[in-house]
Amino acid sequence: MATRTRDVQHNSLSLERPLTLDSGAVLERPVIAFERYGPLNEARDNVILICHALTMDQYVASTHPVTGKPGWWSKVVRPGGVVDTDRYHVICANVIGSCLGSSGPASLDPATGSAFGMNFPVVTIGDMVRAQAILLDELGIGQLHAVIGGSMGGMQALCWAAHYPDRVDRALIIASAARHSAQNIAFHEVGRQAIMADPDWQGGDYYASGRVPVKGLSVARMAAHITYLSEAGLTAKFGRQLQDRETKTFGFDADFQVESYLRHQGISFVDRFDANSYLYITRAMDYFDLAEPHGGRLAEAFRDSPVRFGLVSFDSDWLYPTSESRRIVQALHAACAQASFVELSSPFGHDAFLLDSPEMWRLMAGFIEAGR
Amino acid sequence: MSHSPLRPDLALIAAEVPHGARILDIGCGDGTLMAALRDSKAADVRGLEIDAANVAAAMERGLAVVQGDADRDLADYPDDSFDFAILSQTLQTSQRPDRILDQLLRIAPRAFVSFPNFAHWRVRLALLWGGRMPVTRLLPIAWYETPNIHHVTVSDFRELVAAKNIAVEGAWYLNGDRPTSAAAASWRAEHAIFQIARG
Repeated sequence: MATRTRDVQHNSLSLERPLTLDSGAVLERPVIAFERYGPLNEARDNVILICHALTMDQYVASTHPVTGKPGWWSKVVRPGGVVDTDRYHVICANVIGSCLGSSGPASLDPATGSAFGMNFPVVTIGDMVRAQAILLDELGIGQLHAVIGGSMGGMQALCWAAHYPDRVDRALIIASAARHSAQNIAFHEVGRQAIMADPDWQGGDYYASGRVPVKGLSVARMAAHITYLSEAGLTAKFGRQLQDRETKTFGFDADFQVESYLRHQGISFVDRFDANSYLYITRAMDYFDLAEPHGGRLAEAFRDSPVRFGLVSFDSDWLYPTSESRRIVQALHAACAQASFVELSSPFGHDAFLLDSPEMWRLMAGFIEAGR
Repeated sequence: MSHSPLRPDLALIAAEVPHGARILDIGCGDGTLMAALRDSKAADVRGLEIDAANVAAAMERGLAVVQGDADRDLADYPDDSFDFAILSQTLQTSQRPDRILDQLLRIAPRAFVSFPNFAHWRVRLALLWGGRMPVTRLLPIAWYETPNIHHVTVSDFRELVAAKNIAVEGAWYLNGDRPTSAAAASWRAEHAIFQIARG
């Protein structure tokens, strides 16, 4: 089941340059899968890079090849849309370490001829961004009109602005943070331990065995999914309502609607995501701390930055709370960078950035268009 | 780009700001003054605003505005990060106007502060004859729901800046959109604008 992602063809490029990772390991010819939408103009100055969140992918505006569902931001990225593909050339790349065409633990290790598994080097958000930069180089794209991302995508957008300030005109960071908090790391660790405790995980060497850690990955997804929602949102959607029954069973079936919802989320996830990739990408997020190389002073990461920053948080998001966005804004102010910030109101928690949010869309459109 | 005419106090401030100045507009609303300063004075201007819808409107205009609360968030700005701080019609809504003034002159060597004058004759008469908190053009909201929690008069403000050793470099008094003299300001000004500087 979970290996379905490996049988799908993705648009990708094998990079000519080796990628030196933050860990010191080197990927000789990493493959990056990506999707592009809209025309690239002659001046090549109408490019918008969209960075995806942990369990998202490059199919931001096109049908997902495994699930058959529309792209995760297809309401945002479309002709005439908030990110207008009639006028902008939109690129979304699958991050390194992932499982939808980019080099990751499910890729074949040229040294052994079998899947890397846990022999794949640990990657960081910085590595993901560096790989994207090389990809853009090879596509002949120097400048980005905008880099946009939510959640982990926001971390990449921040990284882009910090590491390539001269290549980015503006960066929009939605429901994100400049570091992973202890609580974020704790939830990720629960997910990783669930995967590694599944006997089908087999030390990560499950690709050839015909067995995959479906249960572990599914539990990891269920736990994570709770963190994407809010108590108010869950209560409004499910309350304590029972699922397809009148009374409790006094057993351990999914009596409550919220239980069967989570089980569904977990099970449908294993079809489109690789368990090892989940380990690697959550690890990359946990290691993320933009202030760390600057002695803990985040402002130093953005000193004299010419980038225009826009930050958006949601008031019910407890995974990446407003305080984390504020911390970034304070640092940007201290660095005298141009920054805007707004906290939007939503009952949907962290997930709000993926849902219909006309308020956020208006903001995004204004931010992208300003000064064009 | 066309602009609707600025409110008289904002027009006055805009006229005084030097070309290319770095400015923080505190309580910037939807960014009307910021946009005018950017377009007419090539100012490098940032805003702080408490209302999310206003921040969004300003962002849509391409302005750098941060949602926040002047009472709490001015502390985040480094010393001397701007040439001017602007506080228009916000002083009377703050928890501690005296501390806000300290913050303004820490962030920038100079500041503009504008506020409705609570000693205007209409306010005095309303209180004298009616015995009730006045509701006027510039103070249009009933006492129980007004954001104006520290009503201030021209004399109060002069006294506060003197006590804090803050220099007053300019003062303008408006009755409607017309200037009125400093001598008559206490009674006749609906609105006062001060340019202050570190003492």
